[in-house]
Amino acid sequence: MSSPIVKLVAQRVALGVVLLLAISVLIFAGTQILPGDVAQAILGQSATPESLANLREQLGLNDPAYVRYFHWLGGVVTGDLGTAMSSGQDIATSIKGRLWNTLFLAFWAAVVAVPLAIILGLIAVRYRNGWVDKLISGLALASTSFPEFFIGYVLVYFFAVKWQIFPGISTVYDGMPFGERMQAIALPAAALTLVVLAHMMRMTRAAILNVMQSAYVETAELKGLSAFNVIRRHAFPNAIAPIINVVMLNLAYLIVGVVVVEVIFVYPGMGQYLVDHVTKRDVPVVQAVGLIFAAVYISLNIIADIAAIVANPRLRHPK
Amino acid sequence: MADSKAKSGLLLDIRNLRIEATVYPPGEAPKNIVLVHDVSLTLEKGKVLGLIGESGAGKSTIGLSSMGYGRGGVRITGGEVILNGRDILKGGKEGFRKLRGREVCYVAQSAAAAFNPAHRLMDQVVEATLLHGTATRAEAEKRAVALFKKLSLPNPETIGERFPHQVSGGQLQRVMTAMALCSEPDLIVFDEPTTALDVTTQIDVLAAIKDAIRDTHVAALYITHDLAVVAQVSDEIMVLRHGRLVEWGGTRQIIKEPRQEYTNALVSVHEIEHHEQQPGTTPFLSVKNVTAAYGRSHIKVLKNVSVDIYPGQTLAVVGESGSGKSTLARAITGLLPPEEGTVTFDGRPLANKLADRPKEDLRQLQMIYQMADVAMNPRQTVGTIIGRPLEFYFGIRGRERDKRVAELLDKIEMGKGFSDRYPAELSGGQKQRVCIARSLAAKPKLIICDEVTSALDPLVANGILKLLLELQKEESVAYLFITHDLATVKSIADSIAVMYRGEVVRYGPKSKVLTPPFDAYTDLLLSSVPEMEIGWLEKAIKGRRMASAGN
Repeated sequence: MSSPIVKLVAQRVALGVVLLLAISVLIFAGTQILPGDVAQAILGQSATPESLANLREQLGLNDPAYVRYFHWLGGVVTGDLGTAMSSGQDIATSIKGRLWNTLFLAFWAAVVAVPLAIILGLIAVRYRNGWVDKLISGLALASTSFPEFFIGYVLVYFFAVKWQIFPGISTVYDGMPFGERMQAIALPAAALTLVVLAHMMRMTRAAILNVMQSAYVETAELKGLSAFNVIRRHAFPNAIAPIINVVMLNLAYLIVGVVVVEVIFVYPGMGQYLVDHVTKRDVPVVQAVGLIFAAVYISLNIIADIAAIVANPRLRHPK
Repeated sequence: MADSKAKSGLLLDIRNLRIEATVYPPGEAPKNIVLVHDVSLTLEKGKVLGLIGESGAGKSTIGLSSMGYGRGGVRITGGEVILNGRDILKGGKEGFRKLRGREVCYVAQSAAAAFNPAHRLMDQVVEATLLHGTATRAEAEKRAVALFKKLSLPNPETIGERFPHQVSGGQLQRVMTAMALCSEPDLIVFDEPTTALDVTTQIDVLAAIKDAIRDTHVAALYITHDLAVVAQVSDEIMVLRHGRLVEWGGTRQIIKEPRQEYTNALVSVHEIEHHEQQPGTTPFLSVKNVTAAYGRSHIKVLKNVSVDIYPGQTLAVVGESGSGKSTLARAITGLLPPEEGTVTFDGRPLANKLADRPKEDLRQLQMIYQMADVAMNPRQTVGTIIGRPLEFYFGIRGRERDKRVAELLDKIEMGKGFSDRYPAELSGGQKQRVCIARSLAAKPKLIICDEVTSALDPLVANGILKLLLELQKEESVAYLFITHDLATVKSIADSIAVMYRGEVVRYGPKSKVLTPPFDAYTDLLLSSVPEMEIGWLEKAIKGRRMASAGN
């Protein structure tokens, strides 16, 4: 790899790290501003002032905020996310399994959604302004416009209740056979696919249509290439950067934004974990999950940036 | 004249071609317009026919019809296009695809835009050949390398591994010609293949194309608006205007004995009478030892440049792209503060930065740009656009302003009815006139004209130049005229500065600069300007002392 790429990639990664640090400060500060006292929350209304003071001392709540921040950050960096107040369990251990579940669901939703969106986008461009294009765009927009819980319940109604093909509740456990696991996540994955499909497909279509105005597309047509080959060989490679960007945004959504879908299907992922602990005002868990979501979001966007840089032949092959 | 030809040698026979398009004027119902009115032409195997005319003459449209292609919704609605004995219009989409890239190939105006930036050159050059299955990949690549050699491209063995952005414009244009020749077609449509190039590069590309046509016996339609260029390569020339045939004849007859008045106007387009003025005693604007660079780059775009401009006179700055002509304008106007050197105006130094200059200094220096349509706010009327400097510099408003706008419109030979029009409703030449009026409205001492005629058709450009000269007499305004077109320089300059790679290599009164002995670069530049003379190309190539920078 040539030097401009290495430099650009290093810049992006460094920026990402700085951004993540800034977000950790925000998350920490945000949870500090929240009303309520952690010691009070743990011990309940009936706690005596002495026990409260003791617990505060024990938790280090009397230290200045920056000391607590670095203490917390130091723990995060070494893999110690603290203990959940509500259950007293180690957060890192309980998150591990759930993060794995969320990634599993997001991965399979992406495996279906991304190629499907891009292929539909290509087809829409091939038959642009015709009925095929309008049908694809219409259906995709409709599926995005419906709220995800509505799509979720519609899927449950037909596939779980009426036809009983897939389970309506996506319980998964450790050691579950792969096939059963796939069956369990079929409906939430389908719901997620429908939610993210339109955005990616519309962007693919728009990005390629933009490139279709170029002189080199005319050159390709004048070589006698078929319409679909013109799009695939000549338009698509030049539209890849904006498409990757949208794809990555949607992948981030698949991981970070699945809260509602996970709750509907009672899927034991990060989203549900977060919702549970927000209701319990379990600050360390909210902090930990917030930071993980931020990290996922930032790294996917960095990947998108890097992919766009690498996709540019001018940067890949300098003069 | 087609009658005299042997039928067997006939390659292309277009009969009564009619091409239409639907236009959507703003605020009106869509309407059909006819772009090409029943044009007929014939082309024998191995011959070159030049199609010439202004923009909108229908030359590209006719050229592309030989491939059954219509740009942006253009439809062939009548006539026959008989290629190799069959009417291709009856072949349908499948038939078009089979002939494109095999029987007929296309060379576009801007090869830089016509190559896909994402693929290596070789893959693109052999693509059509492989698609139509006329050769294996190895054979096609061998053929391509041979063509690269023939077109005298540097490193013919390896240039195909490069990406388009790694190759210069002149070289890309030749690679594109190789791409067209690679599938060994019967006909190539050259669509203004050298128009986007510098003159010094154009001559090489032109020679390469001419040799390639001769050696491969391919027939060609050569489309251009430059009669001098087409005279070098074609056997016959067809003059078109507004989608109709004006005149069709042998090259010698068209340029020596044009039968139609319009052809005559095209032939004698650059003849403007201008008496050179001697430089006065004191220049009002002096550029002294200016050095400038973009950003913090160590590459200096201007190196120690000094020129003087005298009241009411024209200094022409010539050079090819990248020579620093426009940067000089930016340094004078303060858009790019020079790193070293000064610009003095009326005996006092001008502030380096635009932001530090008083309004009065801004008023004295006005600019006109190459692209008139992007230099105007599309949502303002002509009256507003011209009236704006009146309000801004002089505080003239209301009826007084309207009166001045009407006077200015009168000066640029446009009626005051244009005052309520929007830029989109004007032709290219009219837009440039409005820009001229806008700059005149400020009553400046100097107008910087940056390639103001480059985007215009020759006849329209000629009108603009004449107008500029008249206005100079009336208003005694000075011009700094930036151009790459030496013919323009010859017609209007009083003094000339020749720029090459950021330096002024030759500077002085026009008569002196254009009189031998020349330095190597000026010689190259002057000898590269196409002349309306058969055989000029060969003579010019032979007499060159220096290779052009674009190669």
